Amino acid sequence: MELQLGQRDSERERPKDLLHEMLRRMLRIRVFEERVWTMVYEGEINAGHLAMGQEAEIVGACMALRNDDYMTGNHRSHGHPIGKGAELAPLMAELRGRTTGVCRGKGGSMHLAVFSRGSLGESGIVGSLMPVAVGAGLSARLQGTDQVCLCFFGDGAANCGPFHESLNLAAIWKLPVIFLCENNGYAMFTPYSQTTSVAHVAQRAAAYDIPGVIVDGQDVLAVYDTVSSAVTRARAGGGPTLIEAKTYRYGEHAEYPGAEKIPRYRPEEEMRSWRQRDPIEIFSTWLQGTGNLLPEQFENIRACVQVEVERAVLFARDSPPPQPHELMEDLLT
Amino acid sequence: MTRMTYLEAAVQAIREEMRIDSRVFVMGEDLQSGVWGDFGLEEFGPERVRNTPICEAGFFGAGVGAALTGMHPVIDNQCSTFLYSAMDQIVSQVAKSRYMFGGQSSVPLLIRATVMYGFSAAAHHSDRPWGLFAQVPGLTIVVPSTPYDVKGLIRSAIRSRNPVLCFEELALKGQEGEVPEEHYTVPIGLAEVKRAGCDLTIVALGASTHSSLAAASELEAEGLSAEVVDLRTVVPLDRRTILASVAKTGRLVVVDPAPGMCSVASEVAASVAENAFEKLKGPIIRVTAPDLPVPFSPDLERLLYPTPQTIAGAARKLFRDIRSGSVRRRSIAGSALE
Repeated sequence: MELQLGQRDSERERPKDLLHEMLRRMLRIRVFEERVWTMVYEGEINAGHLAMGQEAEIVGACMALRNDDYMTGNHRSHGHPIGKGAELAPLMAELRGRTTGVCRGKGGSMHLAVFSRGSLGESGIVGSLMPVAVGAGLSARLQGTDQVCLCFFGDGAANCGPFHESLNLAAIWKLPVIFLCENNGYAMFTPYSQTTSVAHVAQRAAAYDIPGVIVDGQDVLAVYDTVSSAVTRARAGGGPTLIEAKTYRYGEHAEYPGAEKIPRYRPEEEMRSWRQRDPIEIFSTWLQGTGNLLPEQFENIRACVQVEVERAVLFARDSPPPQPHELMEDLLT
Repeated sequence: MTRMTYLEAAVQAIREEMRIDSRVFVMGEDLQSGVWGDFGLEEFGPERVRNTPICEAGFFGAGVGAALTGMHPVIDNQCSTFLYSAMDQIVSQVAKSRYMFGGQSSVPLLIRATVMYGFSAAAHHSDRPWGLFAQVPGLTIVVPSTPYDVKGLIRSAIRSRNPVLCFEELALKGQEGEVPEEHYTVPIGLAEVKRAGCDLTIVALGASTHSSLAAASELEAEGLSAEVVDLRTVVPLDRRTILASVAKTGRLVVVDPAPGMCSVASEVAASVAENAFEKLKGPIIRVTAPDLPVPFSPDLERLLYPTPQTIAGAARKLFRDIRSGSVRRRSIAGSALE
């Protein structure tokens, strides 16, 4: 099977509400993550793996799903539930370990889950949720629904055992799983070129005889259209797809006090050139250029998002911490 | 009552649950071949009696994903050491998902693992890892010792909506026993006094329960009355039944064929020392395997595991007069490793 290039579908009808919601969710991720960044360095949150720069591939993919479709995340995973429409306040409360958090303070930054939005959770172990995504796809098949599961993972996970086992299982059982590789060029502090045997993760789809597609991860519409095709195919019983979104993270692998002392391992020129392809700027320029967004609408959306994030911070600060008796709760049903 | 083997009872429990609940399905390596039991491929079809490739991390994780989204999977695993290939899935996902997601979900998943030892299967096929997994909070662990117990516990496990590891020793699979025809369950977390006695308590699990019962018969002939407590469940441990027995007898031998270090036997011993110290008339003795990988040679492997003789020997030590060294009732026979 030949490697495909995912692109924007220029013929596609795009309702303005949908476009504005895409922009809103991308801004939500950006503002949320930047706010978490300040809270980390002011000592209010202990650490976080932040996704500034990756908003387009997150939102483009998530918004190609229905609410009842499933999703699994990884450790850089604040953006995933936001992309799927989760409210910000309970997410922020979870980062502060409050009992009003999505996981009642039991999960934290790397274990957010919003089951009401189809988010089946996140994992601090690279690649660990890929088989779980396969299971969600298996569940849809056994229950006879047309739900799909979107499985986010990074370029680092593409070299782990579970990646290979998961793709093979989804392929032989023809499961409705969309494997989305967020290739940001680095597995922790090591560049892709040193760790991976192929130029593109998507090439590995051929090893499992499933479609492999590369897409510009900074172009939200290209990602949306590419994932939408894979979703349509999966719902119709066509099986899994491996999509590789080329993207970049502006922040560190992990942000925590002291992270600034980590020796530089990414060239300045590389970081600068990715910043010139900022996904929010690309999208808002397109929106305004095609008459889908007025400048004042953009400002309005951004201002609302900023208020939303600040409200989330206040909600988290004002929420009670969990009580000692809650320690023993939720282990078993 | 019907007479059937341990394996038949286990498979029957699964098939009956599959009949009444369409969310229950079974998957594992070679399942459709019938080699590991007849799971009803004709009755339920290949979607619900599902063959997997050799990819434990893959299909154990798939079991978690299916369990989180409304299904009740049963994973059939043919050798306990193969569980290690899925260690991250078992520890990080199976055990922790409900807790770390704040109770948003549960993981109604049953993992059945065959435990073989004493069959010259050597180091990669002969582990007894219930103690290892007991160190992972969030897992329920059962070790049934009879056809009645395995059917009742598997039924309880499938209905519990929590993740359960059920260890079934190969040595027991062909053992026959009486199983009621009417519906019944065995509660998880309840040990059973398999033999009442008053001079000492022997706590055991799985096949070691039968070795302990044989030891108890040997001791009876010498005038020592041993009470044998079959744990049946390792986690949650039934400390109440154990402590009630020791309160009565004052002496404890704990039998576990796994290596002794941080074993289930150690947990039982520590619990009793902590909670019933004033009842004890002597030290607690653990009869376990030594801390070794399992060697191939039958001449060596035979030295590893508790036998009726080594269990009885340990019991006699509890009655030895400390000053004179003679056993109060009879002289000691000793174990192969003394």
